[in-house]
Amino acid sequence: MTMLVALTLNGKTVSADVEPRTLLVQLIRDHFGLTGTHVGCDTSQCGVCVVHINGQSVKSCTMLAVQAEGMEVETIESLAGTKDLHPMQQAFKDYHGLQCGFCTPGVIMSALNLVARNPNPSEMEIREWLEGNLCRCTGYHNIVKAISAGAEAMKD
Amino acid sequence: MYNFSYQRPNLLSEAIAISEKAEEGLFLAGGMTLIPALKLRLTNPSDLIDLSELADLKGIRQEQNMLVVGAMMNHAQVAAALEIRSVLPALADLAESIGDPQVRNRGTIGGSISNSDPAADYPAAVVGLGATVRTNKRSIAADDFFTGLFETALKVNELVVEVRFPIPKRASYMKFPNPASRYAVVGVMVAEHEDSMRVAVTGAGASVFRVPEMELALKANFSPEAIEDIAVSADGLNEDMHASAEYRAHLITVMAKRAVAALI
Repeated sequence: MTMLVALTLNGKTVSADVEPRTLLVQLIRDHFGLTGTHVGCDTSQCGVCVVHINGQSVKSCTMLAVQAEGMEVETIESLAGTKDLHPMQQAFKDYHGLQCGFCTPGVIMSALNLVARNPNPSEMEIREWLEGNLCRCTGYHNIVKAISAGAEAMKD
Repeated sequence: MYNFSYQRPNLLSEAIAISEKAEEGLFLAGGMTLIPALKLRLTNPSDLIDLSELADLKGIRQEQNMLVVGAMMNHAQVAAALEIRSVLPALADLAESIGDPQVRNRGTIGGSISNSDPAADYPAAVVGLGATVRTNKRSIAADDFFTGLFETALKVNELVVEVRFPIPKRASYMKFPNPASRYAVVGVMVAEHEDSMRVAVTGAGASVFRVPEMELALKANFSPEAIEDIAVSADGLNEDMHASAEYRAHLITVMAKRAVAALI
């Protein structure tokens, strides 16, 4: 038994027939082919699946696709323009905020939710905000620097 | 996940009617516990009833000396609400200490207390502040609401509508968080009301409990020294890879002292 779910995905109105048990991350990746949103732990701990729902960061592995009915969903693919990276993405490149890159989409979507609430986050505020994002490569130092620089660059 | 049917009603009465008709209905609040449980096939409902559109379960307001929080308010909303920050900052701080930002953006106060996780933070607030839980059927005093490990006084087809917190003279919540999950290894809410003193402990037992000896001692002398020699017995306390029962018992006094110290 499937249900029709309609939502706004990266600014476009889309719909799909899904089982109620389909996770939002499965809808994003499998139905719409947007594979920038990753699946890591699948237990709402690692944060690689973070997307925005109506502007708030959530873990898309712990939300049903049908719960997103009528909502605005933004993924990592919504950020870059045709030529330029988003300032936060550029900052991750400039400050070596990634090694393997697996956690990066989730970290960036999480960071943008922080900056939306607090345009001038301190190092401690950034570190605390990253509670829900795990990186197993870099040790977070450059991620924190990148988010700080990205927040600054977003003011331009 | 087993399959189920999903509905998102607009009215509380509809939600209850769906639950009454369902073979085995479950209410879905923020889903921060229920969705992981569904994934693990720990539960197999015929119907999920999403409460996110129910206006009766939303909002934060003050009514005389009572702060009323709708069951579907998420932790981020409680943490940020000026209505709460201004009169009951301990509740906002407690909400801010839950999980991570993404959990706080989805998880709700109603869902948390209905689940009655032994390590959840909100039960300490509900019992410590002497709140009243209003459901679609009745009002339940905090001391009667939590009945055991993942057990509450809620009956079938009953759901939390709002939590009514009396505004205390002063209150503070201190917890020793699990470093990975931020669940409370031990969390203690100390609240002084006009006519009573309450000390509520979460994380340590099967469910939240009060410490009457500390309440009496603090009533006589509101200082950390007044409770430093009061030890809660380790008998029957939780024991896991994170902390022994003895360690949790020790933490109760430490966290209670810190909560009191923060208020003087």
